[in-house]
Amino acid sequence: MKPSFLKGFLTHLILILVCFLSLLPLLWLTSTAFKGANENIFAYPPILLPESPTFKNFSEVLKYVPILGYILNSFIVAGVTVVLNVVLSALAAYPLARMEFKGKKISFFLILSTIMVPFQAIMLPVYIITLKLGLSDTNGYIAGYLGMILPFAVNAFGIFLLRQAFISIPRELEESAFIDGCNVLQIWFKILLPLILPQITVLAIFTFIGCWGEFLWPSIVLTKEALFTLPVGINNMSGVFASNYRLVAAGSIISIIPIIVFFVSLQKYFIKGSSEGAVKG
Amino acid sequence: MYKYLSKGIPYLFLIPAFVFLAVFFFIPFFQTIQISFQDFSDIYNPNFVSFENYKALFAQKSFVSSILNTFWFMILCVPFLVIFPLFLAILINQKIRGVTLYKLLIYIPVVISIVVVAIAFKWLYAESGLLNYFLSLFNLPALGWLTDPRIAMISVALVTVFKGVGYYMMIYLSSLIGVPKDLYEQAQIDGAGEFQKHMTVTVPHLMPTIALVATISSISALKVFVEIYVMTRGGPMESTKTIVYYIYEHAFEKLDLGLASAGAVVLLVLTLAFSLVNLYCFERKKYDL
Repeated sequence: MKPSFLKGFLTHLILILVCFLSLLPLLWLTSTAFKGANENIFAYPPILLPESPTFKNFSEVLKYVPILGYILNSFIVAGVTVVLNVVLSALAAYPLARMEFKGKKISFFLILSTIMVPFQAIMLPVYIITLKLGLSDTNGYIAGYLGMILPFAVNAFGIFLLRQAFISIPRELEESAFIDGCNVLQIWFKILLPLILPQITVLAIFTFIGCWGEFLWPSIVLTKEALFTLPVGINNMSGVFASNYRLVAAGSIISIIPIIVFFVSLQKYFIKGSSEGAVKG
Repeated sequence: MYKYLSKGIPYLFLIPAFVFLAVFFFIPFFQTIQISFQDFSDIYNPNFVSFENYKALFAQKSFVSSILNTFWFMILCVPFLVIFPLFLAILINQKIRGVTLYKLLIYIPVVISIVVVAIAFKWLYAESGLLNYFLSLFNLPALGWLTDPRIAMISVALVTVFKGVGYYMMIYLSSLIGVPKDLYEQAQIDGAGEFQKHMTVTVPHLMPTIALVATISSISALKVFVEIYVMTRGGPMESTKTIVYYIYEHAFEKLDLGLASAGAVVLLVLTLAFSLVNLYCFERKKYDL
């Protein structure tokens, strides 16, 4: 079956149009960010290409807004959240996949039940508990970071994803290691974890993206600008410089560079992650 | 081999995760229900008021309309998020050039923070913004995208659709691989056209995935918040105030913890209905139910 020329042409036409639309807001931001102070950004008809492109908006926004600090904060929060998720999920998934013990069914259903409750429904008590534990940025940097991280240290999707991964490994591998004198922790760490590395990678990447874009929780717990993550910082900036679109646009562009680089360099895992069945933060 | 191990070992592996789940999930879960039955006007001395918060909640016009707004939002975006990504996935799944680049570009809005997307859209929606310019090209009157209470929610839903298309397209793409190729050839021999071919082969084969996308996009529609917070703050005239926005407003701005928690329980019940359908119908295998 040979696709006709017309069909191929139409397919590409539609896809190019959709790609253009999905980039349109970014193109608009980029164009605004490069426009000079005497260019009208709301000109009729709109001008996509700046007449006198300038980097001034970028240097200016970096001078007034600690965007690099926001990026660092986002990295710390997302990075530690990823590590905790991987370790805690891999630990919990192992006995659920392999061992028989009393209360296995209950543990299983307790974890499953967490999937059905949206964070937005319990965020108020989570906030109260976080404050009671002293995990607020008013108690210093570390407490502030922990307050953003710990409520998302583990989630059921991760546990179930890794449990499936453990189940797919043949049991003989563990048995021979056991006979060779490995203890359970060694089997878990040295034999099994390397084998489920592909799924761990998927979990890590999706947790990272979810955390990186998270706005609601950090905006609730944060009080100090020094600890702002990118979404909170950018939202705050768009309020402070509401009248200066060029600066806000430049700041927004800087803020998305890290995640675009991350995504483009790891794109094959995103495709894989979707086939592992909807891991969503 | 595991039967030779000491009995405590499975628990040692489970305890770390359960400590976090207990502190940041189970305790808050029960506290939400507890607070929803309490009056917090004296924040240090809450007292039990039975169903008073719920009565007050449903007597309040702004809460009832926030539920209706949420459903309206859901009706606006779910059909799009179910059908359009499927259409795109079918287009991309052909043997054509540039597939990787197309996937990459269509997925980009998914990884960009919703805050940045919402800020960009706020400008596109501005009175003298790009969208009104496009309308003027066709001699259409300018719209108050975010200022007209009749269409503000549509504008918000458009942003959600924009951000979600790539995500659901990837889910469809990964299940399109499983559709047997010879069925298409058979359909072609039977004289089916391009559209018919997909209606008779692709759609029935992907039914479980279509249903999955419908439920997960419905659940995330129930939880919509950031788009609204950044673009409209629930306005104009509360036309974009949704359940989560209502909860947020009462929990963290008006400090009416009882009302906020009663609202949270309503959200809980609504999402639970969708989650149960999702779990029992489409994701059984994943969780061995």
